[in-house]
Amino acid sequence: MKFKVLVGISLMMLILVISCQSDQSIEFARYYSSGSLLYQSHCQNCHGAKGEGLNALIPPLTDTVFIKNNIHMLACLVKNGLRGKITVHKRDFTEKMPPNDLAPIEIANVLTYVANSFGNKRGTIDVARVGTDLNNCR
Amino acid sequence: MRRLILAIGVIVLWSACKFNSNTSNALPIYGNRQAVTRVINGQTVTDTIYQTIPPFKMVNQYGDSISDRNLDGKIYVADFFFTSCPSICPVMQRNMLNVYNAYKNTPDVKILSYTIDPKYDSVKVLKKYADKLGVSGNMWWFIQGKKDDTYRLAEKSYLVAVSRDTTVPGGYVHQGYFVLVDKQKRVRGSYDGTNPQQVGQLIDDIKTLKTEPAPVANK
Repeated sequence: MKFKVLVGISLMMLILVISCQSDQSIEFARYYSSGSLLYQSHCQNCHGAKGEGLNALIPPLTDTVFIKNNIHMLACLVKNGLRGKITVHKRDFTEKMPPNDLAPIEIANVLTYVANSFGNKRGTIDVARVGTDLNNCR
Repeated sequence: MRRLILAIGVIVLWSACKFNSNTSNALPIYGNRQAVTRVINGQTVTDTIYQTIPPFKMVNQYGDSISDRNLDGKIYVADFFFTSCPSICPVMQRNMLNVYNAYKNTPDVKILSYTIDPKYDSVKVLKKYADKLGVSGNMWWFIQGKKDDTYRLAEKSYLVAVSRDTTVPGGYVHQGYFVLVDKQKRVRGSYDGTNPQQVGQLIDDIKTLKTEPAPVANK
């Protein structure tokens, strides 16, 4: 009897853990798929379908070290654009990036897509984090 | 009798297919045309005069002056862009690079990118842009001239195929078309420069144009 209860409880715990995990992965999938569409309409023309950039004009998004080191700057980059030099894959880029008029949730979506595509694997970048990052824009 | 009908049917079908493949190979000639009838050596001859790209004079990324004469006997692709364009230009140039890489060692094929913002796109800016795009040599020219001249060329000459084939009003200078021009400066095709499949078709069509026999001089 005791044994059965124990098994029952641990089974319920297991189900709870699994469902929590899938909640997270559902959230990730939601961010990622919305981000994929936003990427196509706002980013792909310049950065390319594979994040390959365009020679020395437009930087690629495949520099996983850059993405990792600048992860908290990315929201500001998307929102405000960029002027001046940026070094990606040890190459300098000096062209301007135009600002994008996106809501914080959209920025979170597109960043989750970029940070988990093209070789990057940084997990979900949620809207709360984007909000914090946007408050710290230089 | 039944066999005969079958045989005739097969022949008709076969020739129908063959006829189709023949016509789809030749590229259309766009623009206005007029028939000119002349008497040569007592014989009446009717010629068709096709619309061609008119003379122009501009400057390329090396500071060399470029005119229509530099394109005599060349097949070329023309497009309209500006270096500070943030929207469709990068994807156009990415696709144009495919044309460039396919024909950069072919002396009778050229690319002409007209800037529609000559005020900002000076020779220096164009050269830097070409360098960053990875374009060197004289196969692909980025050229600038008077803005009015460029717009007139675009609307009245190059995009004649576009204005005829689509319902896009007025602003098609900014729509990212690639225009294919033959050795006699006639417009032979227009392609959506933002669409990789259409640009692939353009690369094939240049091959088709190259196999066209040289025109007979009849002036």
